[in-house]
Parts: sequence; C-alpha cells; structure tokens
Amino acid sequence: MSAPVEPARADVNVAGEPEPGSEEHTLLGLREMELNFGPQHPSTHGVLRIILKVDGERIVSARPEIGYLHRGTEKLFETETYPMVIPHTDRLDYVAAATNNHAFCLVVEKLLGLEVPKKAQYIRVLLDEMQRISSHLLWLATAGIDLGAMTPFFYTFREREVILDLFEEFCGARLTLHCMRIGGLLEDLTPGWVQKVRAFAEPFEARIDEYEELLTENRIWKLRTIGVGILNAERCIEMGVTGPPLRAAGFKWDIRRAIPYECYPELDFEIPTYQNADTYDRYLVRMAELRQSRRIVLQCCDWLEKNPEGPIRGKTPRVIKPAAGEAYAAVEAPKGELGFYLVSNGTNKPYRLHVRPPSFINLQALPEMAKGHLVSDLVAIIGTIDIVLGEVDR
Amino acid sequence: MADEAPKPEEKPKVEEKPTEAGAAAAPDTSTPAAPTTAMPAGPAAAPAKPAAAPAKPAAPAAAAVKKGPVPVDASGKPLVAGLAAAVPGSVLSAKEFVGETTVDVETAKILDALRHFKNESFSYLVDLTAVDWKDRQPRFDVVYYLHSFQRGNERIRLKVKVAEGEACPSATAVYETSNWMEREVFDLFGIPFANHPDLRRILTWEGFNGHPLRKDFPVEGIDTGAAIYPDRYPEGGGPAADDPNRRTLS
Amino acid sequence: MEISPSLLNNVLIPVVKAIVIVNVMAIMSGVLTIIERRSLAFLQVRKGPNRVGWEGSLQWVADTVKLLFKEDVVPAKAEHLIHFLAPVLVVVPALTVFAVIPWGPEFTFKVPGIGKITTGAYAADLNVGLLFILAVTSIGIYGIILAGWASNSKYALLGGLRSAAQLISYEVPMGFAVVSVVLMSRSLSLVEIIEAQRRMHLWFVFPGLLAFFLYFLSGVAETNRVPFDLPEAESELVAGFHTEYSGIKWSFFFLGEYANMVTVSAIATTLFFGGWLRPFPNVAALGFLDVIPGILWFLGKIFVFMLVYIWFRGTFPRYRFDQLMDLGWKTLIPLSLVNLVVIAIAALDGRRGLQVLAWISCGGFVLAIVLVTRIRARKATRSARPVSPAEAPV
Repeated sequence: MSAPVEPARADVNVAGEPEPGSEEHTLLGLREMELNFGPQHPSTHGVLRIILKVDGERIVSARPEIGYLHRGTEKLFETETYPMVIPHTDRLDYVAAATNNHAFCLVVEKLLGLEVPKKAQYIRVLLDEMQRISSHLLWLATAGIDLGAMTPFFYTFREREVILDLFEEFCGARLTLHCMRIGGLLEDLTPGWVQKVRAFAEPFEARIDEYEELLTENRIWKLRTIGVGILNAERCIEMGVTGPPLRAAGFKWDIRRAIPYECYPELDFEIPTYQNADTYDRYLVRMAELRQSRRIVLQCCDWLEKNPEGPIRGKTPRVIKPAAGEAYAAVEAPKGELGFYLVSNGTNKPYRLHVRPPSFINLQALPEMAKGHLVSDLVAIIGTIDIVLGEVDR
Repeated sequence: MADEAPKPEEKPKVEEKPTEAGAAAAPDTSTPAAPTTAMPAGPAAAPAKPAAAPAKPAAPAAAAVKKGPVPVDASGKPLVAGLAAAVPGSVLSAKEFVGETTVDVETAKILDALRHFKNESFSYLVDLTAVDWKDRQPRFDVVYYLHSFQRGNERIRLKVKVAEGEACPSATAVYETSNWMEREVFDLFGIPFANHPDLRRILTWEGFNGHPLRKDFPVEGIDTGAAIYPDRYPEGGGPAADDPNRRTLS
Repeated sequence: MEISPSLLNNVLIPVVKAIVIVNVMAIMSGVLTIIERRSLAFLQVRKGPNRVGWEGSLQWVADTVKLLFKEDVVPAKAEHLIHFLAPVLVVVPALTVFAVIPWGPEFTFKVPGIGKITTGAYAADLNVGLLFILAVTSIGIYGIILAGWASNSKYALLGGLRSAAQLISYEVPMGFAVVSVVLMSRSLSLVEIIEAQRRMHLWFVFPGLLAFFLYFLSGVAETNRVPFDLPEAESELVAGFHTEYSGIKWSFFFLGEYANMVTVSAIATTLFFGGWLRPFPNVAALGFLDVIPGILWFLGKIFVFMLVYIWFRGTFPRYRFDQLMDLGWKTLIPLSLVNLVVIAIAALDGRRGLQVLAWISCGGFVLAIVLVTRIRARKATRSARPVSPAEAPV
C-alpha cells in the first residue's frame, strides 16, 4: 500500500520521464513542474482541481478534475416527487437558486401543459433578474479578489446583502430559495415588497458606476484582463459555451430572447455583447448585464404595481403526474443556458431528470483558454468563466 | 395521467410553449393545419419573426385527445425527411411532443446523422445524456439535443438505443463539447463511447465501482470495495491499484 | 557608582537604544496592523475589528498572543533547519536596519548619578548608513527565497522564485533613486542627509520628485505589498513563500513585512521629506511648528506613507509577473537612469541648481497631472461604451 498521492510536493515525480522531443520536453531538456491547483485553493471557487503542467509559470497544459462535490443529485431527483425536487435544484448553482427553480418548473409545466398566470410570470422574472444581479455581484467580487482587487468585494456585498434580504422577505430563505412552485408561486407578495425592490433597484445604477470606476479604466485591471483567455464565438459554440462568455465573443444569443419564456417578450431590454472574447470583455458584458437586469427589475416592479391583484398559481393538479414523454426547457441562468431534460413515465416522480449545467459545459473550455498563459492568468480565467462547483459536480 | 383533465380550451396553451420555443421561426411549425402528421414541408417562408409572436394554437389536435399533450408522428417534417434522405436507414421513427421533435436514430448511423445536422447549421450540441430503461432491450437511450442558430433557434433531439456493454460511437469528432458529457454518461451509466479521446470517470472517483444513475444502483449507495480490498484501494480513497491514473510517490 | 564615559557611550547607551528601538518597532508593527485593518475597513465600507479594546485597538495584542501559542507545523519533508532559519533571516535584517534610521535630532537628558547625556535619537550614525540599509535589507530576500525552497511546496517555491526576481529587479531603480539623493546631499550618512536638507532650505523631494516616486514604487515592490504582492499572492499561490508556515514563524514574516514597510517609509522620509525637520525649516514664520518635537514629525511622516500603502492595497489589483518585470526593467530603470543624470547635472551647481530643478520638476508634475486628468476625462467619455448593437457572426 503506498501513501496517498501528494502532487503538491516538489519532490514527487509523478509523470515519469518525458519522451525526448515531446511536448513535455522543454527547451532546456527539463521536465515541466506538475502543479496541483486545488481542490483546496483560494481561487478555484470551491473544490475544483486543476492539474497543471507549468514551464516556469507558463501553463503547458491544464486538466480540470472535477467531482469533489458530486452528490448524485440526478439520482436523488428520481426518488422524489416533482414538488420535492425543487429544493434539490436550489443546491445546483447555489448562488442562483431562483433560475434553477425556474428551469425545473418550466420543464414540468411544459409536460403538464400548465399555464402560469401573468402575475406569477412577472414575479418569477423579477426573482430571476434579482438573482442574476446577485450572482453577477458575487462574480465581480470574487473575480476582483482573484486579481488582487480587494475593495470591489465589499462594495458588491453591500448590494448583494440587500437583495438577499429581499429574498428573505419574499420566501424566507436567502440562498437556497425554493421560491417557485410548479404552476406558479407558493405565496403572494408581501405588501410593500415591490416598493422595496424598487428602492433597491433605482439607485443601483449609481452603484454599478461605482464598481466600474474602480475597475473598468484601471490600468492594472486592464493589463490583467485584456487579451487573456480568448475564446472566440466559433470555439464557444463548438465547446457549447453559453452565457456571458459567448456574448463577450460578439455572439448575440440569449435564451431570454432566442427561446423566450414567461413574460420576457413583453419586457424591454437589450443583450449586451462585446467583440474581443477576452476576460475584459466578459467583465464588461457582465457589468452591462447588471444594468439590463436592473431595467427588467424596474419594469417588473412597474407591472406589479399596476396589477397588484391576480392569481399566482395556475391550475396545478394536486398530484403532479405529467404525461409520459420527454421534454427539455431552458432558462438563461447567470452562467449560461441552464436546461432540464425530463423523462416522465406518467408517475409522480421523474423517471429521469437531467440537468444541462452551464458551469460544467463552460468549464470544459478552460484548458483551451488557459494554455500558454501564466498561472496568474489561470486564476483570472477561472474567475471569468464563473463556475459554481455545486452545478459542475451536481 | 394528470389528475385533473385540462379543459379543451386549455389545449391550445399546451401548444403555445413550443410555438414560442420554436420562436415561430421554423417555417414548418407555422402551419398548424395538419392534425396528425405534424407539418407538411412548408416552404421556408419567414425568417425569424419576433419571438414574441402570439402563439398559434394547434387547435385541431385538441380533438384527438382528452388530456395531456400527446406525441404526434413527425417523420414528415423536412428536417427528419432530410436526415432520412441524407443518411439512408438512419431514421427509425420520429415524433413531436410538446413542440420538441425527437428522432430515433439507428445507433450505427448516429455519427453520420450528427454530421448531417451539423452541416445543416445545427452547430451547437446543447445536451447529451442517457436514460436507463432497465427492463428494455437494448437497455439505454443516449440522447443528443441539437440547436441551430440560423434556423431561428430550432432544436432537435436525436436518440439512439444502446445495449448494456455495447459501445456507442463518440460524438467528440463532430461536437467537441460532447467530450465531458460523454464522460459523464460513461461514468454514471457505464456506457462506453468508442473512439472517445479521454474516456475516464469524471464525477465519481477513479476507483468507484458501479454506475450510479443506472436504475439498479441503490440510492443509498454501494460498498465500493474500498474496505474489502485494502490492497486494491488505498486508505481514504484514490485510484485503484490497476488504474492507469494511479501515481505513487517515487 | 562611577561609570566610565567609554563604557557609557560605547556600550550602555547603544544597548539601551537598541532595546528600545527593537521593541518599539515590534510593537509598532503590531499597532500598524490594526491601523491598516481599520483604515482598509474604512475604504471598504465595513467596520473592521472593533471588539478587543477600545474600537479594536488591542486586536493586535490578541492576534500576537494567538500566533505565539499556535501550533508550529513543519511539513514532513521540509528542510527543517532552513525552514526554521528563513523567518529569522527575514526578521533580523528588517530590525537591524532600524539601527541607522534617524528618528530625531540629538537631545539631552539628565540621568541621576551619571549626569547629562547628549545623544541622537538613533542607534548609530554610520557614515555609510544608506549603503548599510541597502545591503542589510537585501539579506531579507534570502530569507524569503529560502523559505520558499525549504518548505518543499511548489507554491512556496514559486513564491520564492517570484520574490527573488522581483526584489532583485526593483533593487536597481531603488538604488539609482537613492544615489540621486546622495548626489544632492553629498553624503551617505542619513543624519548628514537631513542636515543637508536643512542647509539647503529644501526638501529633496522637490528636485528629486521623480526619484521619490521611483523610490517609493520600488519600495512598495520591495516590501511585497499590493499591487506588487506577487510572492504571496493569495489567489494564485495560496500564500506564496509562507504557505507552509504557521504560528510564530509565520508572524516573523509578518513582522518582517511591516518592519520593512516602516523602513521604506522612514527612508523615504529621511531622503526626501527632511526627516525630523518641520516643513520649510528655513521659514521663521513657521517657527511655532517647532513645538512638535522632531521625532513626532518623523513618525507623522512615516504614518502618512503607511496610509499610502494601505490606500494602494484598497485600490489596486495585482500585477502579473511578466508585467511587473516589464514595469521594473522597461520603465523604472530607464527613468531612474535619466533622473540620475539630470540630478547629477543640477547638483554640479550646488544649491542653486537644485532649486532650479525643484521648480522645473514641480511644474512638470503639475502639468503632467493636468494633462493626465484631461486625457482620462476625454477617454472616459469615449470609452463609456454603449451596449453595442452586436451582429451575430455565425
């Protein structure tokens, strides 16, 4: 029995001798150092492990190893009735629980043929967009810290805190929301909640300016991000990368517009895109999305203030038994296309429920983006893909 | 199925989502005339209409069923017909259900089918997964879900049947993104993919013994043997002794 | 009891002064941590430590006690002796340097039984004081490199390597900046440099504005502080060279870092801001300022520099390694060479030449500020990019 592997130790000869002339054989005839990046590392955003081969500090190859947070969620789905699945979806992308709930509810509603009342649609969209804001704020905080910019972290958490408080007032939870139900919502809004949302959203534009002032034109920030981790639109699509990375590559595609769900067609917002497909543009896209989400939140507030009455749940059957068959529904999660593929056999439990997790698919492009960059850039790139390991490992 | 039968006037609603979902752009979904064979090959009329276009109810279909959405045969759809023509013998059946077209494809021809669709502008492989039908022969379905940006965000699902122990051709040669998805299916269902560049377990650990998403895998988990074979499995987990990824301190 | 003057002057007084200075510095490093944490908290809209003592003012005591009693973990395969020596090698030079730092002018006090003693508020006035400082601070680098190597961890190794390259690169512009002051004062003794500034009625920061910026930038880099904190970049290298250190050994690195910050600030004060002199020492109208003793002027100036350090930390992201090298070799070193030549020419003419240079450099500085703000304002309006009407390329 040998001791557990410890590749972080300098004297561990893990890879064996390289073939002469191989990729591993560097100019000086020396072997690259193998660097175990994670799973316990400050900037892997969880338990991601990347096995790096570095030549000095330059990355020769990066191999992500995932699964440290695998909880068998898809297996658990099969043992729960449909309403009981929703809390499990919270734990996928745990910083964006609302969009997870939403995607799951959509796919069940699709199989049931349920119509969601307009008011519920607006509230759902409102929750989604607030979730997007909070997720992007968390992203900005951590991406800033990854590059050594410490202060944005506290600025963004100031606002995120307000959003979480609003969530708490809406559904009692701050992170794992469990805020949507099949066919609509569980409870109506608390009186005055919409006004509180508005009071948050209206001055939020100035807050975004504040973050941007710290970073957007900061010379060091630009040095660190421009030209780093380029993944152009064609490669994005080939690798299945969706969400902000795809839009930063100049490809204007967003499920909210492409395959609209809920009341998005009635809302006025734009899909921000930038052309350079690098870390800086991914940052800009997310900043612009913050502004767009704010717009949507305000429009939802307007609608909800004008239409305070109305049902919040469709004609949901008491026992949810969708017709036998299969369906797929997707939402634009903060990280990209989040889809649920549901196979029903007509019982009250899903026969098979598969998640199409954007973090998982986007992470696949990491080796390509990181190759040839420095270790410091790897940190920037992991940050900019915006992964949540709960979703990657499920 | 559903305990409360949706009333007939709700029926159009069922079809609304798909129409929305297809962005009313795919020319073939814009002709709701034919009740059974889904859509005759309509000429490519309008390019992507605004997605917000009001849903067109597929009214006549409502008469056919009392409750829930029903699958309708979709082998007449131009996409399916195109596949059948381009890759003869590939299409086993095709149906449309809640607005999603699903084509059963002959396992041996799946790569040709995927290539065909990729050439037909379905450049984005949305999802690849598998379903375990425990008592069926062949046991597994491998499901591909494709997306076309040019055809107004149209999507199509391909399914192949794979028997236990049998290999499925790897789609990595066509869609690079399928790499990890196939590894996941391999890991959780135990379906090997032929010609996959890097077929290793991805979510469970290297020495894990079993395939959790198979229906016969107990939810409470199994003994992976780590306790029984201490010489094979290192204490505290890690790759098995005969695993090629096993590395030791030199 | 009779004490011989030679015993008094050569042994007793220096020993007492050394004990006082080392202990005061060690305590000052502790106090600085709480100042840093509170000021950083102020910048980051949070409270910072505020529980121990009045407004958290004793937090550093609690931290120190914790560090003293913490388990000292040494990695199994570390080079034990060097692993132990490295922090010592960092902290000893950092404290040694304080021997020559002139905290204040000579002062006289009466000791009962001995008589009047006149002594400088410094442990030693070396005639090669500046050289001594440069030499001794460089020894600290060995501690960092050896810490990186002896830990037998790849992250620590990378941190040590970065540190070696960075510190050596930034010694060069720092040295040139210091030499330019030597040219102006024509002495290497720190006390003499302060006296020269009094004689010339001129803080050397005015003629040597560029030299000051170069010195301070290099000093920030030398002390591994943001934005040059690459050797211990926590998001990339976990904790860099001190990844494998804990407890008291780790606190030695910490002490060394803070002591170095004080050193850099103290030298900047001495060389460029007239040390213990009040502002405009030649203007009699400001004589009332002499109420404040020289040592407080000195500490006050150091404190301002420390605040600048903290301000940097709250504002900037971190440079990447290659960018850091670029900045050092391609910008700072050429600039410092040019600066050296200019100051050498001006110093030929003695005081008059320096005064002319002072007017020129200050005028140039103001002009540069105006220009940069203007250009940035124009650029900002241009680069407040609207959401681009993107076209889909695929």
